[in-house]
Amino acid sequence: MGEYTSEELQSIFIMQSFSGLSLFSVLLLMGLGLALIFGQMGVINMAHGEFMALGAYTVYYCSHLTSTYAPAFGPYYFVAAILLAFIVCALLGALVEWGMIRHLYHRPLDTLLATWGLSLILQQTYRSIFGAREVTPTLPDWLMGSYTVKEGLDIPINGMFVLGLSIVITIALITFMYRSSFGLKLRATVQNRKMSAAVGINTAKVDRLAFSLGCGIAGIAGAAFTTIGSTGPDSGSRYIVDAFLVVVAGGTASLLGCVVSAFGIAQAQSILEFFLEGTKGKVATLLVIVIALMIRPQGIFPGKVRGH
Amino acid sequence: MPLFFRTLFKTRGEAIAFGGFLLLLLVILPLALPIFRLNLVGKYLTFGFVAIGLVLLWGRCGILSLGQGVFFGLGGYCMAMFLKLEASDPVTTAIQSTPGIPDFMDWNQITQLPLLWEPFKSLPFTILAIFIVPGVVAFIIGWAMFRRRVGGVYFAIITQSIALIFALGIDGNQGFTGGRNGITDLRTLLGWDIRTESAQYMLYFLCVVLLFAVALLAKYIINTRLGRVLVAIRDREDRVRFSGYDVAMIRAFIFSFAAMISGLGGALFVLQVGFMSPSIVGIVPSIEMVIFTAVGGRLSVLGAILGCLIVNFGKTMFSEAFPDLWLYLMGGTFIAVVMFFPNGLAGLLEKIPTSKEKYLQMLGRSKKPTPTSPTTKVTSLSDEQ
Repeated sequence: MGEYTSEELQSIFIMQSFSGLSLFSVLLLMGLGLALIFGQMGVINMAHGEFMALGAYTVYYCSHLTSTYAPAFGPYYFVAAILLAFIVCALLGALVEWGMIRHLYHRPLDTLLATWGLSLILQQTYRSIFGAREVTPTLPDWLMGSYTVKEGLDIPINGMFVLGLSIVITIALITFMYRSSFGLKLRATVQNRKMSAAVGINTAKVDRLAFSLGCGIAGIAGAAFTTIGSTGPDSGSRYIVDAFLVVVAGGTASLLGCVVSAFGIAQAQSILEFFLEGTKGKVATLLVIVIALMIRPQGIFPGKVRGH
Repeated sequence: MPLFFRTLFKTRGEAIAFGGFLLLLLVILPLALPIFRLNLVGKYLTFGFVAIGLVLLWGRCGILSLGQGVFFGLGGYCMAMFLKLEASDPVTTAIQSTPGIPDFMDWNQITQLPLLWEPFKSLPFTILAIFIVPGVVAFIIGWAMFRRRVGGVYFAIITQSIALIFALGIDGNQGFTGGRNGITDLRTLLGWDIRTESAQYMLYFLCVVLLFAVALLAKYIINTRLGRVLVAIRDREDRVRFSGYDVAMIRAFIFSFAAMISGLGGALFVLQVGFMSPSIVGIVPSIEMVIFTAVGGRLSVLGAILGCLIVNFGKTMFSEAFPDLWLYLMGGTFIAVVMFFPNGLAGLLEKIPTSKEKYLQMLGRSKKPTPTSPTTKVTSLSDEQ
């Protein structure tokens, strides 16, 4: 770092931190969905990345429809598309839970393999429908451009929007988990499935809702993803390992841990990427996390209930 | 000898299946297939080494590793480094700015052979390294994690991350590892040209013989006391621990053993295919190796090898004829195997002679958990369900 002046370094750090914030938003949304599915229910959803890609494709398709049939609606479609991405992914999630996952709850390792099979099928479906080339939706004008704080320091508006979106979703999810009756039922089911069933909670319904909610949040992550990158059939699979590490490093059952670890991982990657060429920044980050997890497997915020 | 024989094969049918399979691979296939196809079979069989490791590790001991490609790759890279050094002697590489070092190093302005490459000039060291390097790496990872009682789902995710790190790490250090293209253009082993037809035949037979030696060793482990302890750890880890066994040590050992034979498979892969690249060590190939094992049967050594052959043959044939359909078929097969036939092909074959009732029972098993099912008990972070 010797060749940079301290002022340049400061600017680099701030700029990279802001670009890290976009990555943080995507990782956080991916992680929150997984934290519900994996952390709370113990299901390893390897197709989670494909749900994210589905959300991104939904936004792309909406953008395509809007620009073809209703150009006047152009500036506003994005908000509707985010909602639609959530609904589409949640519906597919409910279908997957009904057809596949619910038969495998007692075999967690096998959910991993079955959902991997699902991810292959989904990837090929995207390839058949949208083609192998990466696609980008036309973003509305108000999302483009950047806000110049001072010379050499630009903050992109889309990044701020995505960050705001993920903060809103996080708060909504935490409220939902800890203030609603469904959240109470879900937490009860996680802690003791048999007792919850005995006191009259429909645990099968709770499972399905939780799974489709997780998938829906992955869909929103996909919508957020379209603002920072272009979507291809394998876009989702590139984020799946990061997303799992976010959940595991945060402490599997902790939503707050998820926020902290997503922030740490995204910032470390984006700052290191500037100073180390190519993939070395990512390798260094992942290596640190994996070694940390070997030493402290319970993550940053270990859950209160932890059985062996 | 009969006693030893009985340790290896519990029933006569098992011994006959084993012998028949050996006959198929050693006599029938070499006579029936042209050398190009036989070489492909040899390549598929190298994944069989990994699959045997997974049978011990996953089927028998309940540890699912999604990073077996790393150990396959470590063994393969050791072999490839030796072959590459032999292929880049100062005479053939005279046009480089630094003769005598591998071509990709020269392209990356490296002027001196890295220290880590030096010992791979010796074949005995290389052969030793093929086993030791994956074995030691696996032992360190396994020991660190199993001692903290990490297993199940968590272990799968960590090993998968390691596979990603390994593949990205090789990819990113082009001057040192050959980068994305890998180590290519391998020619001779101690002056013996490995690209000729006769060499490919020899290497195929070497691969089959070593594979069966490893398969017998695995069967021996399964049928001795260690094998029973492995199953006990899979089903009731805490009771084994309370009985005074060092569960972490046994798991780390079996993980390390699986890594060593995977390394051997990787070395044979390099000899037969003639290159090594990060595309064979990352997340996708590592999971594919689990798929082979699951399709063939996670409990059966022979089944796992069969799974490698069948899935890869299917892949080659389908991806030649209908490239678009292949992923659908593979994904669908995989979901079906996991949901309806958790013990794979071998499980199906074993069930055929028994009554129809049992067969139906097996199909319906996914509905309700049975405590004796090998896949029910897995340690996860939240075991409270």
